[in-house]
Amino acid sequence: MARRTAGGDGTATTGNSEALAAAFADGPAYVPYLAVGDPDYESSLAYVEALDRGGADVIELGLPFSEPIAEGPTIQGAVVRSLEGGMTPDRFFEFVEDLDVDAPLVCMTYYNLIYQYGDGEARSASETSDDAASGGPRAFVEKAAEVGLEGFVVPDLPAEEADPLREACDEFGLDLVFIVAPTTKGERLERIMRRVSGYVYVQARLGTTGAKSDVADSTTESLDRLREYDVPKAVGFGISTGEHAERIVAGGADGIIVGSALVDVVADGVEEDLPTEAVADRLESLSRELKAGAERGHAARTGTAESR
Amino acid sequence: MSETEPTTTDAPEPSRRPGRERGRDDGKFGRYGGQFVPEALMPAIEELTDAYERYVLGNEDGFMDEFRERLADFGGRPTPLQRADRLSERYGREIYLKREDLLHGGAHKLNNALGQVLLAKYMGKERIVAETGAGQHGTATAMAAAHLDMPCEIYMGERDINRQRPNVFRMKLNGAEVNPVTAGRGTLKEAISETMRDWATTVENTHYVIGSVVGPHPFPVMVRDFQAVISEEARAQAIETTGELPTDVVACAGGGSNTMGSFAGFVDDDGVALHAIEAGGSTLEVDEEAGVAPNSASLFAGEEGVLHGARTKLLQDSHGQIMESHSVSSGLDYAGVGPELAYLVDEGRVTPVAVDDDAALEGFHRLSNTEGIIPALETAHAFGYLEEHAEDLGERVVVTVSGRGDKDLDAAIEETDKRDVPGAPEMSMFTGGI
Repeated sequence: MARRTAGGDGTATTGNSEALAAAFADGPAYVPYLAVGDPDYESSLAYVEALDRGGADVIELGLPFSEPIAEGPTIQGAVVRSLEGGMTPDRFFEFVEDLDVDAPLVCMTYYNLIYQYGDGEARSASETSDDAASGGPRAFVEKAAEVGLEGFVVPDLPAEEADPLREACDEFGLDLVFIVAPTTKGERLERIMRRVSGYVYVQARLGTTGAKSDVADSTTESLDRLREYDVPKAVGFGISTGEHAERIVAGGADGIIVGSALVDVVADGVEEDLPTEAVADRLESLSRELKAGAERGHAARTGTAESR
Repeated sequence: MSETEPTTTDAPEPSRRPGRERGRDDGKFGRYGGQFVPEALMPAIEELTDAYERYVLGNEDGFMDEFRERLADFGGRPTPLQRADRLSERYGREIYLKREDLLHGGAHKLNNALGQVLLAKYMGKERIVAETGAGQHGTATAMAAAHLDMPCEIYMGERDINRQRPNVFRMKLNGAEVNPVTAGRGTLKEAISETMRDWATTVENTHYVIGSVVGPHPFPVMVRDFQAVISEEARAQAIETTGELPTDVVACAGGGSNTMGSFAGFVDDDGVALHAIEAGGSTLEVDEEAGVAPNSASLFAGEEGVLHGARTKLLQDSHGQIMESHSVSSGLDYAGVGPELAYLVDEGRVTPVAVDDDAALEGFHRLSNTEGIIPALETAHAFGYLEEHAEDLGERVVVTVSGRGDKDLDAAIEETDKRDVPGAPEMSMFTGGI
């Protein structure tokens, strides 16, 4: 097994992907999300490249699923636009190959798309998992590795159901990021932390995705619970400004994940019929703001540490 | 017949019946089932699993006693098992109707809704959310919530709200809030997704009363156990009336709560054939390009996948995107089905059959004008099946009348007017609505 995870003692150190490990190695990581193909393939390429120019350390690429139960209205809107534009898993992989970015890429999608991917031959190859008879995640992971993705976030796949995907990720050297909610504690937290790699996605508040004018206090408690685990902690759900980013990182996060605030920029572009470059510029400057906020938070935190 | 029970009318203890135990421990039915939900919901699911084991399986604090008492006093149980004289004559075999249409609210849905709202109360929850398709589960939940004094919000697809206005009114009369869901085609699938989102935000004080044997564990087993009262009664009533078990049980299948409720008590009686009647819609062909399956026959035509918390059989395109389903009856209009049914079909224990809109509508009129029972359009599929397949059945057939048709009168007028339905009254004087 390629993964350098301690496993048994619940201290996942780092993951399979060196690029993901490097992204969190020095300073706070800015991890933006966009739904691929929103509102169309070409614009979407320009938008993701704008995130990269704006300082992204990791980029989460959403592969839209028709029933996105973890998403709020903003990302639901992006999913609809993307699917109407003809986005499919194969088109998504093509997109990843067409992208010209430096940041490592993580695929965020729902389990059924991973499970259904590929033809019968590829599926039956995953004989070690209980998914052998029909379907199974192996074909999808193999293809993801081939196009250069570094890992996955799968919001509807809890640790209990994740072993087949975890095995496939280890086989192909990819990471599997899990989400930890404010309600995740005790045994559940350990079960997740034994399986996580790359980074852990700390959900800042209960509910679905969506930009908020404030960020929740539950984040600090979640970060406290995770302190003993030596895996990068990236906080998401509701972060929309540089000030949020600063506060979250100052509070101990190793990274910030921003989705809906960026998707809102894309949605406004559609509504106002803006040219692609204008939307891309907005994404780049919002990215710079968020990244700068994260860096201020980091400076404040390390400054405090030194003055002790 | 070898499966014939002796004279006693007492059903064997559930513990002697492995089929009734299925899924209770780990939520798995062979390869189906599971808990595919966002992490934020997992603690609530674990809490619910614990409550299910203690109160439902363990009868802690007398939960099951209170549930049965309320089902009797508030719900009107037991419902009759009635011999259908005209249909028996027509098909040349004994046809018995399990009259869930006579349950309070006019459908089997109350069995589950009452059980779950009561469970929420035992768990100390302060608020109920639920999804609804046809509005039958929504009305049942609203009734149970009013009965047990719990605040209640119902999510319902906008299209379904327009198809089922009387039910929307009934929910509001019972004090529930009805939240329209505009995503997608605005039917049950979208309503479930939206209710899950609400629950993900409010898990700490809210219980999600799911309306069928779908979703993550423990919902499929718990809803089955609440609905199993249908077949527990029917089994004892059949033995009492005829001295024997039925040869066949026929029940319509959407998500599968009526189906599993009708089958659970018979699953271990190998001699009893179980027939799940799905909505064949207008055709079983799918339009891959448009992402539309003009039917809801997920057992018959679906493929394995993961939706709304469980691995089961689904109507999906080749990429795994979920199809928009269709049926003349909005209560069957769902792209998935309970994982236990998917398993029982693979095992050969349950036979799925698709009955199309036309045959269902004919069944609706046939039962209305021959037996004096106006069935729900969902239920009507089971009678469409009888007409087409009676010769495949044994001598004693139990058909579950899952609900009454009053909610469907406007839809029945509209759909009948489009067709030439034998035995149907002239519709022209009603086409403006009633």
